[in-house]
Amino acid sequence: MRRQQRQRLAFLLVSGVAWAVTIPIMLVIGLIATRGLEGMSWAFLTEMPREGMVEGGILPALVGTVWLTIGTAIVAMPLAIGAAVYLAEYARPGPLTSAIRLAIVNLAGIPSIVYGLFGLGLFVLYLQLGTSIVAGALTLGLMTLPVVISTAEEAIRAVPQEFRLTSLSLGASRWQTIRHQVLPHALPGILTGVILGLSRAAGETAPILFTAAAYYLPSLPSSPADPTMALPYHLYVIATQVPNMPLAPQFATALTLMLIVLSLTVAASVVRSSYRRRREW
Amino acid sequence: MVGPEQLHSAALLGRIDVRGVSFWYPDGTRALSAVDLVLAARRINVVFGPARAGKSSLLRLLNRLQDLVPGARHTGDVLLNGVGIFGPEVDVSDLRRRVSMVFAVPTPLPGSIRANLTYGLRMAGHRDTAFLEDRVEWSLQQAALWDEVKDRLDSSAYALSGGQRQRLCLARSLALGPEVILLDNPTSGLDPLSTALVENALQVLKDQVTIVMVPHSTQQAARLADRAAFFLDGELVEAGAGAEIFLGPTDKRTEDYVTGRFG
Amino acid sequence: MDASRAALSRTTRPTRSGNRMEPWIERAVRLAGLSAIFIVALIFIFLIRLSLPALTRIPLSAFGDLRWYPIEERFGLVSLVVGSLLVTAVAVGIAVPLGLVTAIYLGEIAPPWLGDILKPLIEILAGIPSIVLGFVGWVALAPLVQRLGAPTGLTAFTGGLILAYMALPTIISIAEDAIDAVPKSYRDGSLALGATRWQTIYRVVLPAARSGIVTAVMLGIGRAVGETMAVMMVTGNAAHVPRGTSMLFQPVRTMTATIAAEMGEVARGGTHYHVLFLIGALLFLITFAINSVAARLVGRRRTGEGGG
Repeated sequence: MRRQQRQRLAFLLVSGVAWAVTIPIMLVIGLIATRGLEGMSWAFLTEMPREGMVEGGILPALVGTVWLTIGTAIVAMPLAIGAAVYLAEYARPGPLTSAIRLAIVNLAGIPSIVYGLFGLGLFVLYLQLGTSIVAGALTLGLMTLPVVISTAEEAIRAVPQEFRLTSLSLGASRWQTIRHQVLPHALPGILTGVILGLSRAAGETAPILFTAAAYYLPSLPSSPADPTMALPYHLYVIATQVPNMPLAPQFATALTLMLIVLSLTVAASVVRSSYRRRREW
Repeated sequence: MVGPEQLHSAALLGRIDVRGVSFWYPDGTRALSAVDLVLAARRINVVFGPARAGKSSLLRLLNRLQDLVPGARHTGDVLLNGVGIFGPEVDVSDLRRRVSMVFAVPTPLPGSIRANLTYGLRMAGHRDTAFLEDRVEWSLQQAALWDEVKDRLDSSAYALSGGQRQRLCLARSLALGPEVILLDNPTSGLDPLSTALVENALQVLKDQVTIVMVPHSTQQAARLADRAAFFLDGELVEAGAGAEIFLGPTDKRTEDYVTGRFG
Repeated sequence: MDASRAALSRTTRPTRSGNRMEPWIERAVRLAGLSAIFIVALIFIFLIRLSLPALTRIPLSAFGDLRWYPIEERFGLVSLVVGSLLVTAVAVGIAVPLGLVTAIYLGEIAPPWLGDILKPLIEILAGIPSIVLGFVGWVALAPLVQRLGAPTGLTAFTGGLILAYMALPTIISIAEDAIDAVPKSYRDGSLALGATRWQTIYRVVLPAARSGIVTAVMLGIGRAVGETMAVMMVTGNAAHVPRGTSMLFQPVRTMTATIAAEMGEVARGGTHYHVLFLIGALLFLITFAINSVAARLVGRRRTGEGGG
């Protein structure tokens, strides 16, 4: 029975490690939630920062993050869905398709700071968009592409093959089949991918560091050509760059950012599951 | 009531000539070898034989659904009313409306019964609601489904039973006003009553449309066939009038098969 | 009836405007597919273009300088590369064993209800923005590390630990997939021969999941090398080469943090500016290599499954 004892010991160790992994996660979430709630208030979310950001709220950063996220969606969605349709419906196995897939894998692996450098080089300087919401959204949009492409492609492939065959056999063209049979049924899955991509974009700092983000602005951005404050960068600034910054607003900012990102994640899974219940076939 | 019949009443349209057709799947398996066959207009043409005889492959070739199999290839030609269907000027969508397919497993498209029936016409660019409504009623009546669904045309096609679904699929093909309907084992999953309904509908339809059918059984083949063609391993063994093939086949292999001494 | 039919067919001539657009739509979709290649190429070209001046202005040997001191035009990359390597090594050294064991626990040992609690927790971890984890590292973890006896809490170890938690969700999910993919017959065969569950996991499941585990490690490295903000907040950003037995508990500066911290202040067009792009190009090449190899491993695993 020594083998049984060894197994018991091993299982004990394994579960110990698993708990060592998960307990800190709970601690982090608990820390941000409890300390963040202390500094959280309606005024905190809706007021401009004052007194060198030590006082007041985070409104411009909040608004900036919303702008950037919408911009990211506008940039990433058409391109990513187009690419997903191509890969799922048109691409035939071969060197070109492999090259596209390799490119997507690598896009997903490029460090976010490198996207920031690229955005600076191409959008801010070469295309002379300046440090602006447009330049930031373009950079974040490209960074978001691989996630959205992969999820959208999966959603498109999940549409039963019989629907395509039936549609084509009734004289619908290839594009009509995609437009009327494939995309409507893949839409919830595609949306899930888009929202997941956006949740990541909303929390990113490095790509907007040199393309869109401002340390402090006295007013809200008035057009997409303006630079903007953004929550992740704001958190970095008040945590490390502002002397004598009290901790409460730092935690409240972290909590706000985390809630935005997590609510997007939850929204994505709600879309997915509510659709699964509703579909007919 | 309007139907496709007036469309091609001038000449006897809906004849298909299969000329020296061979067909290979991408992995190199030959599904058809040098098939020569005439599918008679306005008749029930039964294509039968054991599994892997090439029946389904032939049907899917007739409206170019095989185009969708990347890497598959064929030689020979198929003529519809004397015109080659593989020619460069042929519009494949148009061909598939004229030569329409009903599959073994009935697949309603997600959406209402009405949306299913008008789908092909809408994709062809038809917008006239009165015309579409007319076609919905006509095709449902031809498929013997009208009485069962006329009060719930806007409910989901997935609310229908298996037998109703298959008649819906038949009606959906008929709504296009085809010259030829291809039926690949359309009664395989149906109960005897639904099977009888479908068979009766086909008997009526054959005055207006050419029917090419892979039957569920030799009995069904014998029941329905005006013309019959027996396939074995991708080869056409024998073709002729239904009565000849089932009562007095000339080829030993056909005889073995229809008398049940085979496979 | 013939007359009505004729009238009908006149009024219902189909309008087929869709067909003229179709080739254009297909071209657009194809272009979107090709855009992935185009974008990777564009990123590479821009990084190279903007780092070339650095290579022409500075002799290659100067990058071997131990000191990174841009004000004096000293651009030694050694300390930055070592910083990145050190932090990555710590992160992978922590994340891989922890992630693997957690995956085994979730896949083979934990009762399902517990998995239903722990898996969402790990998904939440994956969703927490890196800046928030960096912030937690900065306000909570660094003081703890300092209490362990280090002169400062902002060290390579602190950075590696935060990075490990960022890489954990990826590593756990890939390792779980790899373990799940082991055919049930292997497991049953081993159990039938009298092996205990633990022996089965250890001798049969893990070896069979090896290539998936290697992939998890590769992607974990890729993630850790490229992480910026959290690392910048908690590693102390001292550009020197750490030495000695306590090297893990000295402040370091990574390649990513250097770009993030200095690009905002640098004079555009100056040597320093171009060197920062050169560091970016290096990061690009490193992650490109890692991800290409990982992708190939994944591909081989998928094609290998058919042969069984």
